[in-house]
Amino acid sequence: MSALAARGVQVRFGAARAVDGVDLEIGSGEIVALVGESGCGKSSLARALLGLVRPSQGTVDCDDRPLDYRRLKEFRRHVQLVLQDPSGSLNPRHTVYEAVAEGLRIHKVPGDERELVAAALSKAGLRPPERFFLRYPHELSGGQLQRVVIAGALVLEPDVLVADEPVSSLDASVRGEILALLLRLRTELGLSLLVVTHDLGLAWNIADRVAVMYLGRIVETGDTAEVLTAPRHPYTKALLSVVPEIARQEPIVLKGETPDPSRIPAGCRFRPRCPAYAAGLPADLADRCEKETLPVLPADRGHHAACVLP
Amino acid sequence: MSLLELRDLSVTYAGDVPAVRGVSLGVAPGEVLGVAGESGCGKSTISNAVLRLLPKSARVGGSVLLDGEDVYEMSFGRLRAVRWATASIVFQGALHSLNAVQTIGRQIAEPILLHEPKTSRKAADLRVGELLEQVGLPARRAKDYPHQLSGGQRQRVMIALALACKPRLLIADEPTTALDVMVQAQVLQLLTGLVKDLGLALVLISHDLSVLGTTCDRVAVMYAGKVVEEGPASVVFDDSRHPYSGALAGAFPRVGDPRFRYAPAGLAGDPPYPGDLPPGCSFHPRCPVAFDRCVSEEVELLDLGAGRRAACLRAGEGS
Ligand SMILES: Nc1ncnc2c1ncn2[C@@H]1O[C@H](COP(=O)(O)OP(=O)(O)OP(=O)(O)O)[C@@H](O)[C@H]1O
Ligand SMILES: Nc1ncnc2c1ncn2[C@@H]1O[C@H](COP(=O)(O)OP(=O)(O)OP(=O)(O)O)[C@@H](O)[C@H]1O
Ligand code: SF4
Ligand code: SF4
Ligand SMILES: [Mg+2]
Ligand SMILES: [Mg+2]
Repeated sequence: MSALAARGVQVRFGAARAVDGVDLEIGSGEIVALVGESGCGKSSLARALLGLVRPSQGTVDCDDRPLDYRRLKEFRRHVQLVLQDPSGSLNPRHTVYEAVAEGLRIHKVPGDERELVAAALSKAGLRPPERFFLRYPHELSGGQLQRVVIAGALVLEPDVLVADEPVSSLDASVRGEILALLLRLRTELGLSLLVVTHDLGLAWNIADRVAVMYLGRIVETGDTAEVLTAPRHPYTKALLSVVPEIARQEPIVLKGETPDPSRIPAGCRFRPRCPAYAAGLPADLADRCEKETLPVLPADRGHHAACVLP
Repeated sequence: MSLLELRDLSVTYAGDVPAVRGVSLGVAPGEVLGVAGESGCGKSTISNAVLRLLPKSARVGGSVLLDGEDVYEMSFGRLRAVRWATASIVFQGALHSLNAVQTIGRQIAEPILLHEPKTSRKAADLRVGELLEQVGLPARRAKDYPHQLSGGQRQRVMIALALACKPRLLIADEPTTALDVMVQAQVLQLLTGLVKDLGLALVLISHDLSVLGTTCDRVAVMYAGKVVEEGPASVVFDDSRHPYSGALAGAFPRVGDPRFRYAPAGLAGDPPYPGDLPPGCSFHPRCPVAFDRCVSEEVELLDLGAGRRAACLRAGEGS
């Protein structure tokens, strides 16, 4: 069963196809990492999965039922967002208590507010919670701030968390702490998690599966250990080669940045930057790179790559 | 000989905040020195101290030698000439501070026209074009405004700007933080290319040891305003002699290494606030191998041979 799924999702901004046909499932209790360069459409896909933008094509399924956009408020309790920059997503004039209680008030959640807030702070590792109630954001460290943001999401007891670059603004020392917390939330609360990131180390640290996105499409997907140790798509290979920790191989530094989603090339969308194609392929394969429209990769748990190479 | 030499540099901000406490480091032409350490350990303070860009209320001790000349004994005229033409800085987060209503070409030409008043407008424009090509941007992008560029492209512009007056020392403060891995690789490749081609001396500041490990010749690891370990980049990362550099290195997952799978490693505790430092070795409250002497004894950087130094009472024990 899937907790949250994209089925043929397309997100357009004018002529730009920021998300251009994506099938992706997040199973119940599963951690999926969505990786790719800046501008490839990760956040747009995440926003669609959160019901924040409506796909121009395709559907978002929650617990295997299409999302009902007239009942978004209810959906939002099930699927919560954790944003990149904790200092940006907290109001500097609100105490920790107010920041966490806000969701409860918006959703008019019944029960003892103090208890619910305290429970959420504890789950996020801020213990004893009462000590944090009256603190302001400027009195907390970066790691503590990110925990407050996570507590604000947990207080609504969601089934799924979508975290957009949850640790990219944090120091190495704090980063490990927050990732360990996310892993623990899965084990202890059975949460499902979609982590959006350009950090492959993060995927290696916590994700069961990884989906690699390029110019609006998933180009490779599968078990994290398989995709990251035996990548099949030339784009995944290039991404892995520039991770500083893997100094074993010569880096394949791609020229230019993610191309314009309003001008997606015909044939394989990665061809203009593909090192395998540029190095020269047999004529029949090169011809397919130029002309063949590759199918959308399936959302199942297998290892798939959108490339004509075997 | 070192192009930049810091001798026992200390910086104390107003309110008795000792942000840098006795740092000695050097970097030679064609060499890349990395400076690592957690947020607040004093990295940017050092970079600002080099060109006397600290607030007036900050007290500076020790000396900063640029090409053998003490920066703190220079006249203002001399200092102005040295900034840009001998040494320049790519400031932390500066890619967000480009002037939004001026073309990037104008912004790069500005220091050239200011420092070399005899340069004609046309010659300056030509230089701007060359500089842009040097950082991997087509010369025609000089006509673009900052909002027309991506984050990675803006960071390249900041580097072109820093190179405008042909400095021999470049200090890059977190030049790749906030950029994605591919653009980060492009910027690092660009910087190391400049070191090789122009014989530039480069100080690369980053809290990401893994970035430094692959780019630098030597790395200095800072903790609470002091250098706690220094040595060749390849060994500081993989075979550290100070428990802090070891812990910092361990906090970066190595993709493909089973030890990091489902095991994000952190560093327990927070770094101390410089106004409130623990006695003895400042790292002792977080150190997994601390012992009684660490709490009371001052620890100095110890020369370990083979170009390595570490400030730990256990550093002599061997690994
Ligand atoms: N509101 C919008 N209006 C127009 N274009 C948009 C909008 N939001 C995103 N885009 C475009 O859609 C594409 C995908 O953007 P998105 O934010 O999803 O990328 P991302 O993968 O999350 O990048 P990053 O890693 O930088 O956050 C980009 O080309 C972006 O310019
Ligand atoms: N103008 C100032 N006045 C007082 N204290 C300051 C000032 N600038 C910096 N500090 C303090 O000095 C210490 C060192 O700051 P610095 O900016 O050098 O750290 P850093 O290593 O560059 O950190 P980061 O990785 O976050 O950039 C910090 O504790 C900081 O709060
Ligand atoms: S299909 Fe061709 S161009 Fe596309 S990734 Fe594969 S080899 Fe490269
Ligand atoms: S001196 Fe002591 S506390 Fe400091 S790093 Fe060495 S062992 Fe740890
Ligand atoms: Mg994004
Ligand atoms: Mg700094």
